[in-house]
Amino acid sequence: MTDATFDTSSRSAAPRVRSYWQSVGHRLSYDHVTLLFAGIILLVVLSAVFAPWLTSIDPNKPQMIARLKPIGTAGRWLGTDELGRDMLARLLYGGRVSLAMGLVPVALATLIGGFLGVVAGYAGGFVNTAIMRVMDVFYAFPSVLLAVAVSGMMGGGMLNGLLALTLVFIPPLCRISETATAQVRSLDFVEAARASGAGMGSVIVHHILGNVLGPVFIYASSLISVSVLLAAGLSFLGLGVEPPTPDWGLMLSALRQAIYIDPMLCALPGVAIFITSLSFNMVSDGLRQAMDVRQ
Amino acid sequence: MWLYALRRILYAVPIALGVSIICFGLVFLAPGDPLGSLLPPDASQADIEYLRGVYGFDRPLPVQYFDWLMRVASGDLGNSIQSGRPVLTEISHALMNTVMVSFGAVAIAFSIAFVLGTIAAYHLGTWVDRTVTGLSIAGVSVPNYWFGVVLVIVFAVEFNLLPAMGMGSGGSDNFSIFEWEQLKYAILPITTMSLVPLGVIMRNTRSAVADVLSQDFVQALRAKGLGEWAVARHTIRNALPQVLAVMGLQFGYLVGGSILVETIFNWPGTGFLLGKAILTRDVPVVQGVVLVLAICFVITNLCVDLIQTAVDPRIKRG
Repeated sequence: MTDATFDTSSRSAAPRVRSYWQSVGHRLSYDHVTLLFAGIILLVVLSAVFAPWLTSIDPNKPQMIARLKPIGTAGRWLGTDELGRDMLARLLYGGRVSLAMGLVPVALATLIGGFLGVVAGYAGGFVNTAIMRVMDVFYAFPSVLLAVAVSGMMGGGMLNGLLALTLVFIPPLCRISETATAQVRSLDFVEAARASGAGMGSVIVHHILGNVLGPVFIYASSLISVSVLLAAGLSFLGLGVEPPTPDWGLMLSALRQAIYIDPMLCALPGVAIFITSLSFNMVSDGLRQAMDVRQ
Repeated sequence: MWLYALRRILYAVPIALGVSIICFGLVFLAPGDPLGSLLPPDASQADIEYLRGVYGFDRPLPVQYFDWLMRVASGDLGNSIQSGRPVLTEISHALMNTVMVSFGAVAIAFSIAFVLGTIAAYHLGTWVDRTVTGLSIAGVSVPNYWFGVVLVIVFAVEFNLLPAMGMGSGGSDNFSIFEWEQLKYAILPITTMSLVPLGVIMRNTRSAVADVLSQDFVQALRAKGLGEWAVARHTIRNALPQVLAVMGLQFGYLVGGSILVETIFNWPGTGFLLGKAILTRDVPVVQGVVLVLAICFVITNLCVDLIQTAVDPRIKRG
């Protein structure tokens, strides 16, 4: 080695330029709280998906002689419910329904609301007024009221609950994506794309969406927790999932009658709802900070 | 300001009309013939024909809507199928009960949340701040229908300190919050309801106060030699309007979304009425409650907007 040799090691130590998503990932990797709650979500999802492998007990099989067994009974580690069904099995299988009710409405509303918002924001003028004023009307309903009224009038059931929740989430997502689109639309680079002959579809796909998806995604992620809570609430009121399907909200409402016999047992489904909704909220919060989206 | 107020009020009119269209449309969401949802399954043919005439289901939709709107505007929301009493009478009793607990909940939430949020803003990034932020996220993540059940377990079942449900022997007509015998029935519902506004207001107070604290004038006040309490007075004065607006909106959400908490505690408010009406398919009551609650929500939002504009001269809307 001579002095003339170029020292490559110090050169590679120079700050590397990260792409946007790399820097988001980098920031997240230092956010231990968010990672912890993301891990909890993963556990909840996996335990719901692999429920049949985790327990061999049928969640819907009643056993009249083993009703309301306390937590810690041998073979029934989380006890049994008011019909003698295994609580652990019902909580695991219940996660499937409860997670689906949390995720599906938000996903559907993101697609529909996001689409309407981009159209309204990009088109402007009459189209914008028409779409956004209709959204304003739906904004005039507190979310719980709208969800209860719509699913209640449609006669309850899981599908109606999903539809009602989707309807509730469309207006806020539409508003977010409309605002983001309108902000980007008048910027120079969009003008330039249009001036160079790009059509409306191509401008939206290549130049607008990239700037709109971030805020929409963050907002949608914060709605998952709301959706989990509302969906379980609908089931709690008897307007969502129908018995005997295991669902956390439904279990909570059925076990409420056993409150004087075994209070701890009634608290279990609520703990499951709470942990899930808290984890989604924490992760959404962490993502917002990592992606640096201000709302 | 006056021009803005006028425009804001005029803007609420089409919203209210839109709300009425949705409430009117609720009947058509019910599966099958809209009359089917109004009638018991054993209704005779004569009853069906009679009601068809009364509700005018044989006429074109816009005409039906207009007739309905005219009746609603004159204060006639129809009669409850279950009790036979005018819907408006039932709602007005229930609304008082709901407003009472919602107001209590927001007042308690605000007084705790404002103090904690301010403390957090003064200690940004420390464990105090993280605890408060964590608490506020937990507050909005707790299913309040479950929290209510837990409160019942602790205070009614285990310690037998407070009643589990209902409104006491006095009923809603002579309820008084100044008598412990009656007030004790409202404590658990109010506590349960205060959870979500507690989290939301705490979070907003934290960011509002932190925002003000980072502004130059605070530095100037300190440089001038003002004590920390005097500085805090200025800070709070600047952060308060924004937090009060959030509090107003939360009050609106509570009044409109009281169904879960009122169902747990059998509290005879609008939410309880709505829940009962949905389960018994009492369509006029469902329609009436949803309409009244949504209009209340629109009016609450309007008031919050106007008060905020009046109180905070920095907001210039025109």
